[in-house]
Amino acid sequence: MMDFLIATAQVLDATVRLSVPLLLACLAGLYSERAGIFDIGLEGKMLAGAFAAAATAAYTGSAYIGLLAAVLVSVALGLVHGFASITHRGNQIVSGMAINFIAAGTTVMLGQAWFKQGGRTPPIADAARFNAIDLPGAEALRDIPVIGPFYSGFISGRPLLVYVAFLLVPFTWWVLYRTRFGLRLRAVGENPAAVDTAGISVPWLRYRAVICCGLLCGIAGAYLSTADGAGFGRDMTAGKGYIALAALIFAKWRPVQAMFACLLFGFLDAFAIRNQGHPLPLIGEVPVQLMQALPYILTIVLLAGFIGKAIPPKAGGVAYVKER
Amino acid sequence: MAESAIELVGIDKRFGAVHANRDIHLRVEKGTIHGIIGENGAGKSTLMSILYGFYQADNGEIRINGAPARISDPNTAIALGIGMVHQHFMLVENFTVLENVMLGVEGAPLLKRGIAKARAELKRLEQEYQLDVDPDALIEELPVGLQQRVEILKALYRGAEILVLDEPTGVLTPAEADHLFRILEQLKAQGKTIVLITHKLREIMAVTDNVSVMRQGSMVATRKTTETTVEELAELMVGRRVLLRVQKGEAKPGEVKLSVENLTVRDSRGVIMVDNASFTVRAGEIVGIAGVAGNGQSQLIETVAGIRTAVSGRVLLDGQVIDITGAADPGELRDRGLAHVPEDRHHMGLVLAFEEYENSILGYHDDPLYLNGPFLDIQAIQADARKKIEKYDIRPSDPRLKTANFSGGNQQKIVLAREIERDPGVLIIGQPTRGVDVGAIEFIHKRIIEMRDAGKAVLLVSVELDEIRSLSDRILVMFAGRIVGERDSDASEGELGLLMAGVEQQEAAE
Repeated sequence: MMDFLIATAQVLDATVRLSVPLLLACLAGLYSERAGIFDIGLEGKMLAGAFAAAATAAYTGSAYIGLLAAVLVSVALGLVHGFASITHRGNQIVSGMAINFIAAGTTVMLGQAWFKQGGRTPPIADAARFNAIDLPGAEALRDIPVIGPFYSGFISGRPLLVYVAFLLVPFTWWVLYRTRFGLRLRAVGENPAAVDTAGISVPWLRYRAVICCGLLCGIAGAYLSTADGAGFGRDMTAGKGYIALAALIFAKWRPVQAMFACLLFGFLDAFAIRNQGHPLPLIGEVPVQLMQALPYILTIVLLAGFIGKAIPPKAGGVAYVKER
Repeated sequence: MAESAIELVGIDKRFGAVHANRDIHLRVEKGTIHGIIGENGAGKSTLMSILYGFYQADNGEIRINGAPARISDPNTAIALGIGMVHQHFMLVENFTVLENVMLGVEGAPLLKRGIAKARAELKRLEQEYQLDVDPDALIEELPVGLQQRVEILKALYRGAEILVLDEPTGVLTPAEADHLFRILEQLKAQGKTIVLITHKLREIMAVTDNVSVMRQGSMVATRKTTETTVEELAELMVGRRVLLRVQKGEAKPGEVKLSVENLTVRDSRGVIMVDNASFTVRAGEIVGIAGVAGNGQSQLIETVAGIRTAVSGRVLLDGQVIDITGAADPGELRDRGLAHVPEDRHHMGLVLAFEEYENSILGYHDDPLYLNGPFLDIQAIQADARKKIEKYDIRPSDPRLKTANFSGGNQQKIVLAREIERDPGVLIIGQPTRGVDVGAIEFIHKRIIEMRDAGKAVLLVSVELDEIRSLSDRILVMFAGRIVGERDSDASEGELGLLMAGVEQQEAAE
């Protein structure tokens, strides 16, 4: 019994840890796609962000400067995507894929050129990382049964960026549904012509969405290399950007649901890692590849219409051209 | 002389080689309804887009309320009190009425106060103009008539004193259109100025005070509506006299060519679109299907043409059953003498990126006539295309021109030439004159009558009631997927309108 509880606690702990980059990338995608710009380049922006954060933190010794670098690089890549797909009305999938390739190649190349460690950055000292922080009252509450261990052991004691990620969920909801920017953002993803005739600039609105997206991808990258990990390794995002996209579809482009989708996918990942090689009760041994594929399978099942309908923003993927 | 709300002085606009507006002069008096009429492509919409700041004129001056104005974007136009109701609604479909109305004029970065203000203002407008709409309804759940009302509310909410409506009745039933006209009268009574763009003469005569006619980018005349006639306006529009009523003799119906029995069709969502429809079309007659767009007419003709599959029912062509439940094959049907002019020529009838001659054989490209062994005989096809161009007066007369560069009317003629010149026994034709100018309408109508007189069976679907009435020998009315009535061609518009709105049916059910 005790074993089981400990195992569960460990899996849940890993779930949170693994969900955070998904959640940040997923919210990033939400800003962009709600504005009608499909972004398959979450992966690349995250990867570039992770590298920038690790390299900068290793050089300066400051996690915060690393975070800033990650955000700048990721936003810059977002602007490239915007320039291609908003200003030049290019194909958004092609542009996104290009960013993924550029990020995958450039990070390794620069890493090798600067650090000569096979494309990796040197391990980052704890002082240059986002370390676990204790939330107020964690010590005081520790001895209260149930709540105490939950609060001080599970909620508290995580890196700052974890809290940032989860606070971004209600914040994003509030932005989308309670602010002028959110109203316009949702409108431009559905019918940019309506936004244009209302006297609002479609390109500027979409650029802002792309910047929001880059910002969050940068944070996700910094989390991977300077909070969850301690350094950059080649392809360290390992498809998280795509899983985040799957989660976004799964959540039907809504922030709160996005959090649950990311937690679910994070849980599947944690569960797979934990049970690798262990037979499951009733089912027997499950190949780890199947577990890793589950987020995609679930998404396909959803897209096929078995779990309600996922209707993307209507103008998504389509460049806005003023009718002649 | 009354004060003027809008004055356009020498407006000129070119798009590349196209001279969309030539030296336009227009004066719209305050507090009047001013109609602008002209064929498609006459430059009406371009002119209004210039007024709304969507495009900038190359030359000329705009004066609003007497003062010169530079309208560089829609914002400026809105600030000057100009509101526009676009032909295609500029609404966000999954937003509420309230959200749509306030979009762009939210007031502050946070929505809360803006929502309260918009709600109060909507209530006031509702009372003042009898424009009642539920502010919390989702746009996609509203009928088009109400969606249009939201567009009007949007303009009024922005403080519009001048309201421009671009082809507002295209999507409305006659009853909804009448309601719209009452709203316009009401707005006029409150001192608003209204510009109504249309190509329907009936509407101009019904509601406007003054009317200006555009032709090929020029403003050719302005008249007081009471001092002009439909005939004069039509002549001004086209530049020559047109026959508004189609001349046709008695129909001489022969044997049944096409027979539809208990046809039921569902769409991809599983919603029943055609509900147990039965009818026949005989040789030498035109059967018209009237109905408001979206009541199953499209699905009906697509099924009969072999594009869509049916759930149940039978379709017989010359007494032979057509397989409509599975492997329907439009190509096979063509070989059996059933030609189809689809409703939407851009999506189904033509490949716009193709050159004209390529489209002129689309679907008939397997004909040995156009083949040279396994290859297309380009020479023969182009020669054939030239013949059709001449016979159907397709302009410009260049088979090598990209189809997208032809006007709507000429594109439709390309499709018609292709289908009619095969001499089919049955012709199914959807929206023959949608987006087609008056001159071409007359031509197309004549061809259809000729087909009938040559003993062909013609099944016609159109949302233009006038067209149905003037062409058809028998009229079927569709409502909610069912054929709710059959009338002779002399049925009154009001009677058909009631059927189209499903009114008669409900009364019968009670």
